[in-house]
Amino acid sequence: MGINAPLTQNLMPNKTFFWFFLPTGLAMILFIGLPIISTGIQSFYAQHDQVVKEVKKCDPFGCTVSIVVDNEETTKLREAKPLGKFNGFGTYVDRNHLAIDEIKKFWNETESFGAFVDQVTNLPFYKALIFTLTYCLFVTPNVLLLGFIIALSLNAVARKIRGPLIFGTILPMIVTPLVGSLVLFWMIDSQGIIGANIQNLMNDPYLSLKSSKTLTWITIIIYGIWHHSPFAFVVFYAALQTVPQEPVEAAIIDGASRFQRIKHIVLPHIYPVVTFVALISLMDNFRVFEPIIGFSAEGSAQSLSWLIYDNLVNEEVILFGSAAATSMMTIVGIAILLAPVLIRTWKEFKTAR
Amino acid sequence: MRKILVTLLFLLFGTSAFADCNIKSGSINILANDFPALRTFVETSKQCKGSADFKVTHSSEHNKIAVPALTANPSEFSARIAANSSIVPLMNQDLIRPLDDLVKKYGKGIQDSQLITIDGKVMAVAFMANTQHLYYREDVLKDLGIAVPKTYEEVVAASEKIRASGKMQYPYAAAYKAGWNLAEEFVNMFIGHGGEFFKAGGAQPNINNAKGVATLNMLKKLSELSNPDYLTHDSEAIKVEWESGNVALMTLWASRSGTLLDDEGDPNITKATKLTGPATVGGGNIPAATLWWDGFTLAKNRSDADAEATFRSLAHAASNKKMVADAADQAVWLVEGFVPGPKSIGVIEAVKMGAKPYPMLPQMGLMHGALGSEIVEFLQGKESAEQALKDVEAAYISKAKEQGFL
Repeated sequence: MGINAPLTQNLMPNKTFFWFFLPTGLAMILFIGLPIISTGIQSFYAQHDQVVKEVKKCDPFGCTVSIVVDNEETTKLREAKPLGKFNGFGTYVDRNHLAIDEIKKFWNETESFGAFVDQVTNLPFYKALIFTLTYCLFVTPNVLLLGFIIALSLNAVARKIRGPLIFGTILPMIVTPLVGSLVLFWMIDSQGIIGANIQNLMNDPYLSLKSSKTLTWITIIIYGIWHHSPFAFVVFYAALQTVPQEPVEAAIIDGASRFQRIKHIVLPHIYPVVTFVALISLMDNFRVFEPIIGFSAEGSAQSLSWLIYDNLVNEEVILFGSAAATSMMTIVGIAILLAPVLIRTWKEFKTAR
Repeated sequence: MRKILVTLLFLLFGTSAFADCNIKSGSINILANDFPALRTFVETSKQCKGSADFKVTHSSEHNKIAVPALTANPSEFSARIAANSSIVPLMNQDLIRPLDDLVKKYGKGIQDSQLITIDGKVMAVAFMANTQHLYYREDVLKDLGIAVPKTYEEVVAASEKIRASGKMQYPYAAAYKAGWNLAEEFVNMFIGHGGEFFKAGGAQPNINNAKGVATLNMLKKLSELSNPDYLTHDSEAIKVEWESGNVALMTLWASRSGTLLDDEGDPNITKATKLTGPATVGGGNIPAATLWWDGFTLAKNRSDADAEATFRSLAHAASNKKMVADAADQAVWLVEGFVPGPKSIGVIEAVKMGAKPYPMLPQMGLMHGALGSEIVEFLQGKESAEQALKDVEAAYISKAKEQGFL
């Protein structure tokens, strides 16, 4: 690990590091740690049993006898136990989350494995999880690849035009995600420039990018790659500037092709940066949310973040417990996804010392 | 001395219905949906704000902010313009105050029929009625010799005929955007089939039955006659479709007729746009539509002074004969002095036909939410009607359990 060698020599003494890190650490505990703990506690509670009573309701269209929530009784209950009714992992395993009972039932009832998978992927949490994972799996590698290719190409063009080119390349990242997705949303409308042209091209007037689930997924994934590539590009481009010229020149003299130089010199040199970008991308992509709203794609594509949003705002009744449980599971999901990369980095860090 | 003078002046002017409201203090902050009639209403109430602070937020996302904003103490808004459905979460959480004392004191011009009373207490003051009903293009129907549809079966037949004639590819439109809008269409159609959402006397769901299946099948037939992007179309989007001349039959809110029939857009389309009552479905005699009222409620977590100022300025609008005369074609006003014009046909027909109001039940929001996301796959042809209804019930039950209704 030659690249890490200079770093180890300049490591801060532990004490200095502690004082240096203290303000950041405190802020992290206050604004990230405590909210997560609070969300965690919330996820174990459900609302009190509703006390309802029958009353007469009159409106301009007439009177009916109907039920309302008995506020006096509810207030008493709430004052006694403000957090709600303790529910343990009840919210986690209910049908709208991990759906343990339903999955057991499907396993016993369905005849083929395919039918079982169909049933499971019909459950809201798994539906969202599958979209989220698909999105991560397609977007992250493509972002890395595309970012790297753009960085290499830009690194090779004349210095004079590099500035404007770089600006143009990072534009997708500057555009607010919601605005970017809305622009694309209008373009792929069946009367928009892309949508209408695809219809013409395929000769199918009923083809709609927005109504087909597969096409919606593809659209969102392409949008994701478009939006995230500049980030990978910027980091890779910066890393490419640090590649030492001597070994590259030596390789040229030895007759190495461009591909061989990239594979054996450039890539190993910027490898830690690749890991870093992969980590950040994975984390970002696992929380995919804005394009779903921007594309009005709730019908075809739901992500874990969208589920949280849905629980909090889409219905007039706010489901704090559900939202908290999904949040906790998203955190666990990110941790699982990142584990291999983190373990690897940790091992390298140890060998470097 | 000054205080006495002010009180005297107050008594003098306060009693006269048409005088300036003479509000001396307090702050007014209103949260409302965003459509023309509500803007007119709020503008009218602003005329009498006196020296009170006056703020308003018009947003089509009003449902998402209402509960959190009114839960805060003091709450962000002093008043919320609500409807049958959106008053329920406010009631559930005990966020609005009874208005009896204020109505007695300042509600002179408000008619008794405008008062929404729950358990004998006035909780809201309604000022307009709304429903979803049919709009049709007279020229297109006449050309093809189609009678104005009275049932959804006739709507389907008429749309198929229009499509076959080659005039329009997607002759029907309704707000089928996944989520609240789509669920609302289900609610209408299910009520048209005579369905009840919950088993008698409880919160157990009751939609997975023949009526539910018939409802879904009708929605699917209509969706096949709509623009393929129907799952992303809300009321505004289908209004645009209509104004571009792509649609000949449409189910849309009565409150949108004003902007549909204004001078903007192609005059030929505007001229040929006609309104009729809501359609029935499946041989039923009540329309597949729900009646809605829009009215104002006052936040509980605000000072009495703010509540008083807010009530007085809103009551000014809710009893304003000039407003209902000037804006007669924006809405079906429930205010005294309103003379229904041609744009009110939809609501008036719906009432005549015996349309039911949207169910004002504490757990209805959860059902509405479950419908909005779980029936999408059926419309996309990915699952059967029975499976979709089973999913709706299961999703609803989980949420209702967490919320303490079951």
